[in-house]
Amino acid sequence: MSRAESGDQNADPLVYLEHHNYYSDSKIRRILREVKTFAMVGASTAWRRPSFYAMKYLQHKGYRIIPINPGRAGGEVLGETIYGSLADTPHKIDMVDIFRTSEEAYDITKDVIANKDERGIKYLWMQLTVRNDPAAELAETAGLEVVMNRCPKIEFGRLSGELSWSGVNSGIITAKTLRSPKS
Amino acid sequence: MSVRTDINKVTSNIPGEEGGPRQYGMSTIAVHAGARPDPVTGARQTPIYQTTSFVFDNAEHASELFNLQTFGYVYSRMTNPTVSVFEERIAQLEGGRGAVAAASGHAAQFLAAVSLLEAGDEFIASRNLYGGSLTQFGVSFPKLGWKCHFVDATDPKNFEKAMTDRVKFFFCEGVANPGGIILDIEHISEIANKHGVLLIVDNTLASPYLMRPFEWGADLVIHSTTKFIGGHGNTMGGILIESGNIDWFRNDKYPGMSKPDSAYHGLVFAETFGDFGFTMRTRMVGLRDYGATLSPTAAWNLLQGVETLPLRMQRHCDNAQAVAEWLEKHPKVSWVSYPGLKSSPFYELGQKYLPKGKGSVFTFGIKGGFDAGVKLIDCVELHSHLANIGDTRSLILHPASTTHRQLSDEQREGAGAGPDVVRLSIGIEDIDDVIADLEQALAQT
Repeated sequence: MSRAESGDQNADPLVYLEHHNYYSDSKIRRILREVKTFAMVGASTAWRRPSFYAMKYLQHKGYRIIPINPGRAGGEVLGETIYGSLADTPHKIDMVDIFRTSEEAYDITKDVIANKDERGIKYLWMQLTVRNDPAAELAETAGLEVVMNRCPKIEFGRLSGELSWSGVNSGIITAKTLRSPKS
Repeated sequence: MSVRTDINKVTSNIPGEEGGPRQYGMSTIAVHAGARPDPVTGARQTPIYQTTSFVFDNAEHASELFNLQTFGYVYSRMTNPTVSVFEERIAQLEGGRGAVAAASGHAAQFLAAVSLLEAGDEFIASRNLYGGSLTQFGVSFPKLGWKCHFVDATDPKNFEKAMTDRVKFFFCEGVANPGGIILDIEHISEIANKHGVLLIVDNTLASPYLMRPFEWGADLVIHSTTKFIGGHGNTMGGILIESGNIDWFRNDKYPGMSKPDSAYHGLVFAETFGDFGFTMRTRMVGLRDYGATLSPTAAWNLLQGVETLPLRMQRHCDNAQAVAEWLEKHPKVSWVSYPGLKSSPFYELGQKYLPKGKGSVFTFGIKGGFDAGVKLIDCVELHSHLANIGDTRSLILHPASTTHRQLSDEQREGAGAGPDVVRLSIGIEDIDDVIADLEQALAQT
């Protein structure tokens, strides 16, 4: 249902695409398997920040993560050089992970689309609590596959079974052994 | 926008209706949730990981674990693989985001309080609680600087009347022990929400099979898993479950969640761990510092029990309904307090909150008061006289002379445990045998 059809004047203007209300485990698992390198827009150098936690964990799981942060360009975090923008990075990038607010995600998405072909970007991911459906519509029209309001660290942990080690409800019922999304 | 991804909508790879994921039923969840075949050995049943500690890959891995930067086991005081299967299973049964198991229901209550209260803080509790909880809240907690205001929660407005600036949460048993009382927790949760405080519901007597308090607005759910979840009267345990819907930043009442934690170098639990931040903090601060840990063997026993929770619970309820109806017609019984009876003032609330059955713990009044109550208990053959509930066996108790003995007369009356009150916890035996035993014992009073 589109925003106009819903008729709900109080609806969040950033939330109206029904196909983004949930994602199947197999879709998330496929993306986490296919992605090798991704850019993290809004990567922090402060180790107690959530983005630092996510970057460190996912590095250990075998991903290369290119930090993007205009305020910290030229610096370094977790062994990687920080770039000021996607256009500045010399790397091939499979996915962009947006670690900024829902509102900022729109302009970042336009930048992702502008750099899509040169960098080889196939996926656009927005962090847990970040959702911008107009941005998702733009990205999908441009041929990108979009995930919003999810954390790749939590999803990796959830699908591999590691999140369950903390007593967190993975929502997974299966009689199969859980494997890393990388395998 | 809701921060939380609705966990009930990410339940399986098997397609359900309308293109969404399949919603598994409660009996399937009770058997499967949290337990997958062991990735190394292929073991299908959950192994008992009877170990205190877990090796680190290297020094870097150890530091990441201690800084909570990666998932992993360190020490069984905080996390253990058998215990975490149990935690995930109960979290999923309740429709919550995460859970922390504890050594007993009382330990889980303590962990909730110590996670939410500073010295000088207060909370409001229903006065219709298990007697041990009345003592924990009313006598022991004040020694730690925590004040409990007890209210008659059958009128939810009483929470509002007792509200102060220092109150951090409301606490109630949705289905109250011992007296067949059902509270209007949807209404209570609205009042809690209006005042920006949390609602904690003890769901021990209903179990998630009969009622899921998160569906009515509760923020945290507690169980004594010693009771129906374990179900066989063989293992102590407790659990504290988080809804995943709590906005810790909406006020400054919960600095432990919303402000930097000095022991973890300034980490903010609600920010870093989001909708399972309370589970992480209760584990990594509460269990770390107070050590009220569930053992792996106990967790395994409880897992065995919970697999049959839906089957047992329905039988418990069917039997209890039959006993209550039989007692109500008995000449030596002055009243029966069971919400499955139309005579109960809680009948309507029971229909709303507990459509599948009204639980198996209830009270009745015996003509002849205290002495007749003691005599009845001496004369039963099949019913066990003991201070527990939620066993496969039918249990009988005279609260005034046992569980509620340490309370004042006024507190006993307030808690529904007067001198003529007999409490039953009806088991899953053949119903004719249960009734025959009560019949012969009542005949002797």
